Amino acid sequence: MNLTLKIWRQQNPADKGGLKTYELGGVSEDMSFLEMLDVLNEQLNETGEEPVAFDHDCREGICGSCALMIDGQAHGPEVTTTCQLHMRSFKDGQTITIEPWRADAFPVIKDLVTDRSAFDRIIQAGGYISANTGSAPEANSVPAPRDKATRAFNVATCIGCGACVAACPNGSASLFLGAKITHLGELPQGQPERDGRVASMVAQHDAEGFGGCTNIGECTAACPKEIPLDVISQLNKDLRTAIRHGH
Amino acid sequence: MAGSTLHDGSSPLNQAAKQTSDDAHGYYVAGEPLVDPVTPTGPIADRWTTRRFENRLVNPANRRKLDVIIVGTGLAGGAAAATLGEAGYNVKSFCYQDSPRRAHSIAAQGGINAAKNYKEDGDSVFRLFYDTVKGGDYRSRESNVYRLAEVSTNIIDQCVAQGVPFAREYGGLLDNRSFGGVQVSRTFYARGQTGQQLLLGAYQAMERQVAAGTVTQYTRHEMLELIVKDGVARGIVARDLVSGEIETHLADAVVLASGGYGNVFFLSTNAMGCNVTATWRAHRKGAYMANPCYTQIHPTCIPVSGEHQSKLTLMSESLRNDGRIWVPKKVEDCDKDPRDIPEEDRDYYLERIYPAFGNLVPRDIASRQAKNVCDEGRGVGPLVGDFRRGVYLDFTDAIERMGADVVKEKYDNLFDMYERITGENPYEVPMRIYPAVHYVMGGLWVDYHLQSNIPGLFVTGEANFSDHGANRLGASALMQGLADGYFVLPNTIRDYLADGPFEKITEDDEAVVEARRSVEKRVETFLSINGSRSADSYHRELGHIMWEYCGMERSEEGLRKAIDMIRELKKDFWTDLKVLGTADSLNQSLEKAGRVADFIELGELMCIDALNRRESCGGHFRAESQTEEGEALRHDEEFAYVAAWEFGGEDGSPVLHKEDLIYTAIEMKQRSYK
Repeated sequence: MNLTLKIWRQQNPADKGGLKTYELGGVSEDMSFLEMLDVLNEQLNETGEEPVAFDHDCREGICGSCALMIDGQAHGPEVTTTCQLHMRSFKDGQTITIEPWRADAFPVIKDLVTDRSAFDRIIQAGGYISANTGSAPEANSVPAPRDKATRAFNVATCIGCGACVAACPNGSASLFLGAKITHLGELPQGQPERDGRVASMVAQHDAEGFGGCTNIGECTAACPKEIPLDVISQLNKDLRTAIRHGH
Repeated sequence: MAGSTLHDGSSPLNQAAKQTSDDAHGYYVAGEPLVDPVTPTGPIADRWTTRRFENRLVNPANRRKLDVIIVGTGLAGGAAAATLGEAGYNVKSFCYQDSPRRAHSIAAQGGINAAKNYKEDGDSVFRLFYDTVKGGDYRSRESNVYRLAEVSTNIIDQCVAQGVPFAREYGGLLDNRSFGGVQVSRTFYARGQTGQQLLLGAYQAMERQVAAGTVTQYTRHEMLELIVKDGVARGIVARDLVSGEIETHLADAVVLASGGYGNVFFLSTNAMGCNVTATWRAHRKGAYMANPCYTQIHPTCIPVSGEHQSKLTLMSESLRNDGRIWVPKKVEDCDKDPRDIPEEDRDYYLERIYPAFGNLVPRDIASRQAKNVCDEGRGVGPLVGDFRRGVYLDFTDAIERMGADVVKEKYDNLFDMYERITGENPYEVPMRIYPAVHYVMGGLWVDYHLQSNIPGLFVTGEANFSDHGANRLGASALMQGLADGYFVLPNTIRDYLADGPFEKITEDDEAVVEARRSVEKRVETFLSINGSRSADSYHRELGHIMWEYCGMERSEEGLRKAIDMIRELKKDFWTDLKVLGTADSLNQSLEKAGRVADFIELGELMCIDALNRRESCGGHFRAESQTEEGEALRHDEEFAYVAAWEFGGEDGSPVLHKEDLIYTAIEMKQRSYK
């Protein structure tokens, strides 16, 4: 395949940045999208142009590092991570525009790399169950209903990539937030801190500059792990309960 | 364990090995024997309890005055950061990723072992210990392994308390499955994403400590040097990968939890950023590297599709519980649609050769037999070069037996992943799999306290060598990472820190200045060679050499050849490397250059270690050491020792120190899975 790539180049956070066009040939449809970028970077290195910076690590769809806006869609045209997207989803001769996540809370560091440390700070605000090492009771002493445990697992699969934020016109991280609230809230171990957790995490979310949710649903459509929209309903419900309880 | 005898651990059951062969003559220097200075004694079941009591305590008021650096935020590093933070130590945590949550433990799929015996199927701490020592082909330290089995049950308790959503039965209790060549069901799992869920548990516990102020996290930071003052580890030099700034961080103790070095093979199931730099820099500063040639090749990976391949993807070997592995009996059937090949023309070779274990034989056997049938020309899938490198993993019988819904429930995310990568639907067409490098059992040498031979330098998880011997059982990597991080290190490092806080050293100390200057010089060198080749191209070439000559099967001739090739490659690297960009910004080519430089040096040492070890053992097969039937042949009388290599200087030869492996609780036996 031959492709025309329009890629966002930005030297540093202060640089204004802009799209630059590259022609790339010899792309096979079995390549992953990131392997296609590897080929481009090898070519740039040969011609003396600095390779394109992009975040990536596990390349098997689980670490959440990769984060590209491809033709205006977070992670591109398939429901998957950028690293699991393969070139068979594109056509010979196609022009592909590649940009970083766009959100106030995710400032660009360089080229396609953004700063997503806001997610860590939301977790720091309460995205955990307080259980010091060594203090745990016997694992089977507290049964967890299977349906609730299954729901907890399904939403705990969030990889923290930020596609939900990038896809949301409001730049809201409500899906990320709702997934963690639902995961911990569905388990018996998560009950003692349930009210405080949601109040504190929502406050941190807002302080980081993420926008509010207006039920558009782009987040769940873009989510590579298919986290369902009802985690946001759960988030709102838990928040109402917490407020009623005086948080 | 039928026919095995229980021993109380009071007397040795084997004699120290005496090596008579010397294949690596001329490539190394013989050093003094090595003895673990803190090795425990007495009945094996009491050793850890006794040691925990004997190890000194640190007064809670003193803990906040003690600084501990932890490099890496996977299961071993993240769990240690959380636990030491909870205890009140002042922890600094480093990772190269943009968040601690992205460390590569996250990609582990299958599960985590624990001797809970919830299935009442005959499991016990002793059986997990026995299986692990046997699985490691009697090349691990028995005291360490017993401790691992012992604390395994605490790990499950801890993770459940943190909210890890393990699979459960309808009654709400935890479910288990049998995994990877084991006849009891002791593996806890969270569908095919167990590593992710365990890591998020450790990450969340660690973030809680960040909020509490006991842990400071440095993300997008890479350790590039160890600071050693008067023979003691006192800090690290790290590069801020965003600003490019070279920083020094000083501490009372340094913990390396930086993972394994499987990426020395270029293609592996490791994440792209996984590297040996933290441990290799420590090695160059004097830390011994133990059994570097012990590599695990995982049998169930998605085969290579072409030259562009950047990494390999593992499919959890839990798939082997229900999938049946086969290749065509006839070479001419290899390019046919597998569904058109009748039952009588299929060779279910693992079931045929190993009727007792069938498709659940250990990883090394499954891998080697896959290679054997492909070498015979009976591989399947696309031709890469002249070979078809793949075998079928077929779920047709499982779907008939259990129904598609149950198969979907168990393996859906793995099947999805497979289809996404290959474009084929495994519910309809049998999967194709091939072995790939997955894990390394080798790593920095540590004593029973997980302390290296450099005082103050501790090493945990995959980065150390201690628990898996020459091969690791499935679902035991997660167990070891969390055992080290939550329960072992916190109970051993306190004995070291009880002597602290140590005299403060300053930024202008000679040892600090020297370490910092060497890092700055190295960065400058990478940027100024200005040759013609990318670091990536050297990495790919190194990987080819390692896979060909130091992979699943090794020979004396091949290893000698590989050493020569690596030495040439190293020369070429330092004269023809091309790194663009600057030192004072995010520069991924620069990061890569440093990692590849260290991989090249490691590769040479791995080949020397493999050359010296003239035996087939655990995960590796040495052509010169096999039975008449072509099975692996171990030589306990020569090689029942840990090979701990000391850095021999820039142009010197590495120095080999041997630590004898003496068993008191288990008798060594040749493995037989037939």
